[in-house]
Amino acid sequence: MAPPRKPLSRVVEACPPSGIRKFFDLAQTMKGVITLGVGEPDFPTPWGVRESAIHALTRGATTYTGNSGLLELRELICADLAARHGITYRPADECLVTSGVSEGLDLALRALVNPGDEVIVPEPSYVAYQPCVAFAGGVAVSVAMDPAEGYRLDADRIAAAVTPRTKAVLFGSPSNPTGAAQSAEDLTALAALAEREDFWLVSDEIYDRLTYTGTHTSTAAVPGAWDRTVLLNGFSKSYAMTGWRVGYVCAPEPLAALMHRIHQYTMLCAPHVSQVAAIEALRSAEPDVTEMVADYDRRRRLFVKGLDELGLTCPEPGGAFYAFPSIRASGLSSQDFAEQLLNEQKVAVVPGNVFGPSGEGHVRCSYATALPLLEQALERMGTFLSSRM
Amino acid sequence: MREILSVLESDARATPDRIAALTGIAEDEVRAAIAAWEAEGVIRRYKTVIDRDRLGEDRVTAFVDVTVAPERGRGFDDTAERIARFREIRAVHLVSGAQDLRVEVEGASMKEVADFVAQKLSGVDRVTATSTHFLLRRYKDDGQLLTDPEPDQRLSVMP
Repeated sequence: MAPPRKPLSRVVEACPPSGIRKFFDLAQTMKGVITLGVGEPDFPTPWGVRESAIHALTRGATTYTGNSGLLELRELICADLAARHGITYRPADECLVTSGVSEGLDLALRALVNPGDEVIVPEPSYVAYQPCVAFAGGVAVSVAMDPAEGYRLDADRIAAAVTPRTKAVLFGSPSNPTGAAQSAEDLTALAALAEREDFWLVSDEIYDRLTYTGTHTSTAAVPGAWDRTVLLNGFSKSYAMTGWRVGYVCAPEPLAALMHRIHQYTMLCAPHVSQVAAIEALRSAEPDVTEMVADYDRRRRLFVKGLDELGLTCPEPGGAFYAFPSIRASGLSSQDFAEQLLNEQKVAVVPGNVFGPSGEGHVRCSYATALPLLEQALERMGTFLSSRM
Repeated sequence: MREILSVLESDARATPDRIAALTGIAEDEVRAAIAAWEAEGVIRRYKTVIDRDRLGEDRVTAFVDVTVAPERGRGFDDTAERIARFREIRAVHLVSGAQDLRVEVEGASMKEVADFVAQKLSGVDRVTATSTHFLLRRYKDDGQLLTDPEPDQRLSVMP
């Protein structure tokens, strides 16, 4: 029997494997590692939410749900968005429950992009954005934002990259990896550009609850933006529910209908039990969220100050749970820095270049780590740097 | 300012400079606020939560429901305060329900606790009945879970 000879998907083969892989394998094999490399909360899901899911399983929540997700959940999601951001989506046909933001992102891009369409991705950006654009048949156009300006979304820089083929701008606020939370002014400027040049805003707001220096501005709430915004959000970060894989996407009906079409043939529905858990999260876990946010905020202050004292400066992260300090003073590339820090001091951080070329010279540190460990990590980083700076 | 209290509540040993780093409130203000709370009795004392089972200490605790004949004009206050003054008493609460006071008694042995309840507690004026429940195991105390923490199952690097 001859092995298959026809080429596999060229689009997928052309997509470089995650830059994090090699580093990940190395970190997995080591013992005693303090990890600042994780993109998920260190809190477990609030117990009340878990208890409700256990109960739901015993009551038979083991079936498919309707494609769009449980109506009760969509109603709660839309009410939550209305209450927190003053934005209105119809639960019936403008809100779709997905298997995490990851699926929502894929749906949005596939429903928007025609072959060769360009999607502008402000950098540094979450690792999945550019590959998902490519998988959807589009061309990702990355535009570096300025660390000196706190990685704010600069509409002028984006305007310079706009072409007649520009279909959308895809960004996260607050941002993974920089922690930058975008202001209403910058989002308004971007929305005006979107209207002028006729492109969409794909807004990943998974970290919206984890905002510390002000209140979160939802892109869809910005004047004139609603009609051309795809709002992606979910339960993973706010409610510490990463493993449940439940999120949602909201968009005006014509686009929502197309996303629904893809979703019904590919995912069918988000996990039933996770949807029940999400209902409970929205109903009762607000105090848990408040407590977790307060905790992240304390760690953020202590950690950013600690980094600063080590000479690893970073713009103050306004949201998420990441600091993205410059490591240029060490004279190392971000890969070398991360590898040597792991090997010598057993502290795992993520090299900045995996978030795009503009991330080079930085590392991403997650402060979703218990305080004593964060302090220990800072000490170890101090030892590491003392011989290099 | 409440932030300061919530830091102290979870770590009584947090120093003012550490609290300042965690909350973003200036260290001088942290010191002043703590001093004021201590003076006002808002902060009563700084305590350590000890898991006595792990320590292997054989102390015995009992929760005792106490029925009290209230006193005209004073209600339960005098009796509750008299009970609270005993060294063996760890806590006294006035509660709703069939009994009036729920108190926590601690002793070196079951016999010691039983003797205290029989001879001292039931003998306090206006105490008409007691019902004693010996503590078998603590699972959570002062908001602190005493069971083993859940293991961190996260992978060590994740984008």
